[in-house]
Amino acid sequence: MESELKRFRNSPNSEELTRRSSFPDEVIERVLSLFKSHKDRSAVSLVCKDWYNAERWSRTHVFIGNCYSVSPEIVARRFPNIRSVTLKGKPRFSDFNLVPLNWGADIHAWLVVFADECPFLEELRLKRMTISDESLEFLSVSFPNFKSLSLLSCDGFSTNGLSAIATHCKNLIELDIQENGIDDRGGSWLSCFPESFTLLEVLNFANLTSDINFDVLERLVSRCKSLRVLKVNQSISLEQLPRLLVHAPQLTELGTGSFSQQLTFPQYEELESAFSSCNNIHTLSGLWDVKAIYLPALYSACTNLTFLNLSYAALQGGELAKLLRHCPRLQRLWVMDTVEDKGLEAVGLNCPLLEELRVFPLDPYDEEIAHGVTEAGFIAVSCFCPRLHYVLYFCRQMTNAAVATVVQNCPNFTHFRLCIMNPRQPDCTTGEPMDEAFGAVVKTCTKLQRLSVSGLLTDLTFEYIGKYAKNLETLSVAFAGSSDWGMQCVLEGCPKLRKLEIRDCPFGNKALLSGLEKYESMRSLWMSACNVTMNGCRLLARVMPRLNVEVMKEDGSDDSQADKVYVYRSVAGPRRDAPPSVQTL
Amino acid sequence: MEMERSVSYESDLNFKATELRLGLPGSDETEKQSTPCVRGHKRASSEISEESKGSSKVTDTAPPPAKAHIVGWPPVRSYRKNCFQKNEGEGVGKFVKVSMDGAPYLRKIDLGVYRSYSELLKALENMFKLTIGAYSEREGYHGSEYAPTYEDKDGDWMLVGDVPWEMFISSCKKLRIMKGSEARGLGCSA
Repeated sequence: MESELKRFRNSPNSEELTRRSSFPDEVIERVLSLFKSHKDRSAVSLVCKDWYNAERWSRTHVFIGNCYSVSPEIVARRFPNIRSVTLKGKPRFSDFNLVPLNWGADIHAWLVVFADECPFLEELRLKRMTISDESLEFLSVSFPNFKSLSLLSCDGFSTNGLSAIATHCKNLIELDIQENGIDDRGGSWLSCFPESFTLLEVLNFANLTSDINFDVLERLVSRCKSLRVLKVNQSISLEQLPRLLVHAPQLTELGTGSFSQQLTFPQYEELESAFSSCNNIHTLSGLWDVKAIYLPALYSACTNLTFLNLSYAALQGGELAKLLRHCPRLQRLWVMDTVEDKGLEAVGLNCPLLEELRVFPLDPYDEEIAHGVTEAGFIAVSCFCPRLHYVLYFCRQMTNAAVATVVQNCPNFTHFRLCIMNPRQPDCTTGEPMDEAFGAVVKTCTKLQRLSVSGLLTDLTFEYIGKYAKNLETLSVAFAGSSDWGMQCVLEGCPKLRKLEIRDCPFGNKALLSGLEKYESMRSLWMSACNVTMNGCRLLARVMPRLNVEVMKEDGSDDSQADKVYVYRSVAGPRRDAPPSVQTL
Repeated sequence: MEMERSVSYESDLNFKATELRLGLPGSDETEKQSTPCVRGHKRASSEISEESKGSSKVTDTAPPPAKAHIVGWPPVRSYRKNCFQKNEGEGVGKFVKVSMDGAPYLRKIDLGVYRSYSELLKALENMFKLTIGAYSEREGYHGSEYAPTYEDKDGDWMLVGDVPWEMFISSCKKLRIMKGSEARGLGCSA
């Protein structure tokens, strides 16, 4: 691998010679190649010109958090030897339909540049990017060493694009297709892997809906001896699952298909037997339409489970409790709120090593529907899981006292995302705002990096955040605050803030403009349905030329209102691919 | 934990306290279905809403003008939202609401997971902690305090068990566990 690296030497002039460090380039590069974290590498590159050059030649992985912050030409020029690129595109609120469909973040321009400058590219990981079938085909034929493709929350492509990847990427080891807006035209793409192809290590097509040819899948699994991650879709039945498992006892991550077929006893035994030979599984997911009576078939594979994703399985509390008794080593658990507080009590009782809990709503849009989970379940988990540091909790009621108790039990939160689903809902026992809840969070959890707030909140919440949340990097706010002062507190008080996303809050120009210099140290700011005007945005754009200020207007809105504003720093200047609905000021 | 939910039906700043509504203040507005009387085998759905309007809030059984869904809220990815919204006629993944007289909240169950009436009834018994008993063609669920009923595609209220299972699965839109006395009328053929 090392010998393939391009070597380029600046012809040294006398000034450089005297300043040159005493280590030969090879040594510096060798040492720097041990730095994996891109933050460390960025720091290293700032030391001196030699280190900058050594670092850029030895960099193999680039992470770009906002695809518009830099151009592909700049990236390719600076890092000629990159093998792996991670790119994130649209603002996060595009996941919730707040961003117009043709907004941008198209990967194609990047692929064209990389095909020219970095043809040895092996890995591409995209999040919230648009990628067409033509781009996927271009990718599959332009990079002979291409090994890994991961697409999360992307759109613009169909299963035809996957066919191109399967057909042309001879060295593919990873195909990871997650939760995308994909046009699923059928399962024939899987048949495009040549019969001679045996290298696959990761295959995730869990979120595709079409039927695939089971025989093709079975043959593929049996000949790919290094397969360690297999996540199939709902079309794979409970009867078919054992036939896959017997070919892949080395699997470490399994996503089952549908879990609800009616099995005969021999079939159940076969299922149970197949799971008992899966001693290496540490991650389990899928379980669509789960029929709880079949869960015991899994038990033998649960002993070493560290991550259990039941977020697509509508289990009741008692059913979850029975399953969790067999998962003592669980560190990460994702569930649906059908398990209710009773299920969460069982989590506390059975999973003392838990570090991450995510509770998703079965029916987020329906207010008539049952409780889901409440403050009681939240407290129950916190009582028995002191290592908990990541929570995503969708609920219909919460109290200040409960949140205070939770953070007292678990002071190490790094990610605290609480979503009280009814906007502006107060504390359900006292009727007061939820300010004290989030005050408790930021005061107690000094390591907090990510916070999402909800419920009825006044500026006091943001005063607390600005005063205490000194490690906060990402803040999501909706239907909260009383005045500009709230947002100002955050912008002035949180030194490490990188991403701020706000919707439906009474923050206006004064708040927007209070963060002028701050925005250059941040990745991005999103504000929608707030009180910001076009003039405020224009002023921001004028004063801060290194920021891109983009405005999207809603149909029928007042000319002066800036309905949706997206501000981000960029060395690439204003983008040229914005659709008519997006105006760069 | 039974709580009065302070729910606002609008997406703007009006709080419940200042909401204008018909009906007596202080009455439980989550009581969705007051006691409609049952006549004969089928009930016209219009009868239900007529009777209910008089006795409870205007925002009740006649469902509120579909509350304007706030775009992108709650913040759940479209992919996940679409996963569980499929409801019409599919055997698997068919979620229907289940209400029980006297219980403040509705539940939701996936009909596709059950293979027979007995499986479904057992699940309902577990879910609501009650006994429903056995179905008999002549007497319905006579002998039990509760009777499971459902609303079919035509909006008619039927007794669970009256029609073959497959027909029930494809036509059931929602379930309601009625207090036995009211359901007796449903059990008898007209």
